[in-house]
Amino acid sequence: MSAGAFAEQGADLELVGIQKRFPGFTAIERLDLTIPAGSFFALLGPSGCGKTTTLRLVAGLEEPTQGRILIGGADVTDTKAHERPVNTVFQSYALFPHMSIIENVSFGLKRRRIADAAGRAHEALRLVELDHLAQRRPQQLSGGQQQRVALARAIVNRPALLLLDEPLGALDLKLRRQMQLELKTIQEEVGLTFLHVTHDQEEAMTMADSVAVMNKGAIEQMGPPAELYESPRTVFVANFLGQSNLFSGDVVGSTNTAITVDAAGARIVVPTERARRHQGRVTIGVRPEKVALHREAPRESAQRNLLGPGHVIDVSFSGVSTQYLVTVPGVGTLTVFAQNIGSGPVAAEGAEVWVSWDVAHGFGLDDDAESAPRFAADDDTETIAVHRREALVAELEER
Amino acid sequence: MAFAAFATAEAQTQAPKRKSRIALFLLLPGIAYLVLFFLAPLISLLLTSLQAPREFGDIGQFDYAFNWQNYTAVIQGYLPHILRSFGYALASTVLALIISYPLAYFIGVKARRRPMLQGLMLVLVIAPFFISFLLRTLAWKQLLSDESFVITSLKALSLMAPDAHFTGTPFAVIFGLTYNFIPFMTLPLYTTLERLDTRFLEAGSDLYASPFTVFRKVTIPLSMPGIVAGTLLTFIPAAGDYINASRDFLGGTETQMMGNVIEANFLVLLNYPAAAALSIILMAVILVLVGVYVKRSGTEELL
Repeated sequence: MSAGAFAEQGADLELVGIQKRFPGFTAIERLDLTIPAGSFFALLGPSGCGKTTTLRLVAGLEEPTQGRILIGGADVTDTKAHERPVNTVFQSYALFPHMSIIENVSFGLKRRRIADAAGRAHEALRLVELDHLAQRRPQQLSGGQQQRVALARAIVNRPALLLLDEPLGALDLKLRRQMQLELKTIQEEVGLTFLHVTHDQEEAMTMADSVAVMNKGAIEQMGPPAELYESPRTVFVANFLGQSNLFSGDVVGSTNTAITVDAAGARIVVPTERARRHQGRVTIGVRPEKVALHREAPRESAQRNLLGPGHVIDVSFSGVSTQYLVTVPGVGTLTVFAQNIGSGPVAAEGAEVWVSWDVAHGFGLDDDAESAPRFAADDDTETIAVHRREALVAELEER
Repeated sequence: MAFAAFATAEAQTQAPKRKSRIALFLLLPGIAYLVLFFLAPLISLLLTSLQAPREFGDIGQFDYAFNWQNYTAVIQGYLPHILRSFGYALASTVLALIISYPLAYFIGVKARRRPMLQGLMLVLVIAPFFISFLLRTLAWKQLLSDESFVITSLKALSLMAPDAHFTGTPFAVIFGLTYNFIPFMTLPLYTTLERLDTRFLEAGSDLYASPFTVFRKVTIPLSMPGIVAGTLLTFIPAAGDYINASRDFLGGTETQMMGNVIEANFLVLLNYPAAAALSIILMAVILVLVGVYVKRSGTEELL
């Protein structure tokens, strides 16, 4: 970015065929991603899925093995970190401990020789309501305040693209909610493009316009939060983004609008348009809050899938709702969320119950529950370094 | 003593509030040691430095007096040596810092993910300690003498004048001092750089700072505690050193430092008051220099 100039608005980010290999493993297999200017985009995934590596590639702190990175249409793949129109709010904040807050915030402006660095820095501090602490050192601030300073230090530069690397991870729940709202407000105010990396699905859904769920170095599904939640495409998305009740079975019948799946004797109907595969062995599912619990066998209906009778094996009351675990012989265990509209749980442990849900709420997935591994691989940069160190130590001890 | 000024900044924070008899009792051996082996000799040295020659006495016979003229006499007589000592010490400290910093940076930061290499390099830095530094300095005298391979080759290549020497010159003394004190510079630098959080460097480059600016604005300030400790550990002993500058080692008549003068006054000239006065001056100057340096470097919040 040229000296003395600000980005007028956010810029598109485009990742084309990105691959990142570290010695001994591949962090990102193949990644194509376009983030439109001015949007709040969340990259969601478990630790080690490659999301932080993606962010570091965009920031210029790592070099891709293959592929191109474009910001606002300009290829920045070979541009050094300090020349990219990008700023990062680091997970650890990384505020310089030897500088005061105001020196931290004006650091980037001074490097780019922007006029009135101090004035702009104070303005940015006022935005995060910390201008009265400008002369303090970072160590003298609380975690939440440090986080806001880190945010001010990044946005004061008006980057075309702001990268957020789990910046709310270290905050307690209340502060986190508050910061989520503030971040969203600031993003709307300044109109920058935000790329937010997080493992917190709730955070991603509340803040972002669109969410990409990443797993094992690839994007599994991308879209607006509601779409991702209501119709997940893969087992991973179904389980990572909220909870799901999944069933596997063969397709035994299909009409124009729906397919029928035989899950261990139980017939479950899923709308064709919400199912990814329409024949053979498929995995289908439904969200726990869509499932209703019945104390007596309800009447069969074409509009509802009905399972039962089964038994309640666990009841956990959490105030707003109650979570029931229901075992249906042959089919497996289902989770049911019920709002506490009456008072207290409606079924006790061991009670005989039926479960049902609206056919329209079911979804069919791309892959099988059995083939998806339970744990994601730990293959982010830091873990690899630790692994390598451990391997070397082990090697030393063998001799 | 010099380190008292260095340590106070961090020691103050967690002082116990309650006086404890047990703590006092536990401190006794330490206090006794300091009184016996530090305070008593220091007072004795101070008294010696003010002694006057005995009337009609032999050489080396002095009486207690308040002969402060000893100080003006040694300053007048040995000013070049005093200036030379601090000049050489400063030069070798700067050289040691220039050589050690990249080395310590490599071991502490670049080799972090390669513990084998890190360990090997640290051993290489410490290994010279396994041999007496007298022997090592003597070895350098051999290696750099007029008949040595190094010097004859340099002369054959016309890189040195045919009648030039290396030993006996200020360069040889500064070289010797630098060589001998490099580990004292490298190790404290390594311990600070080993803990240097590279995320600060990434944050710097994310905020438009070029690699050189990151080094100047982030790496150097964050490694200040190591730089301060290393320079003190090099400068203080180098200023008082008398081995490297000695004629028996790398020095000559024109390179004598305070240590050599003190040695000569004590052991050859038997002028004990002059030697004592010089020792006190050396200590006082170091104390003042170090005090000012530590105050000015402002490393309190990083310690």
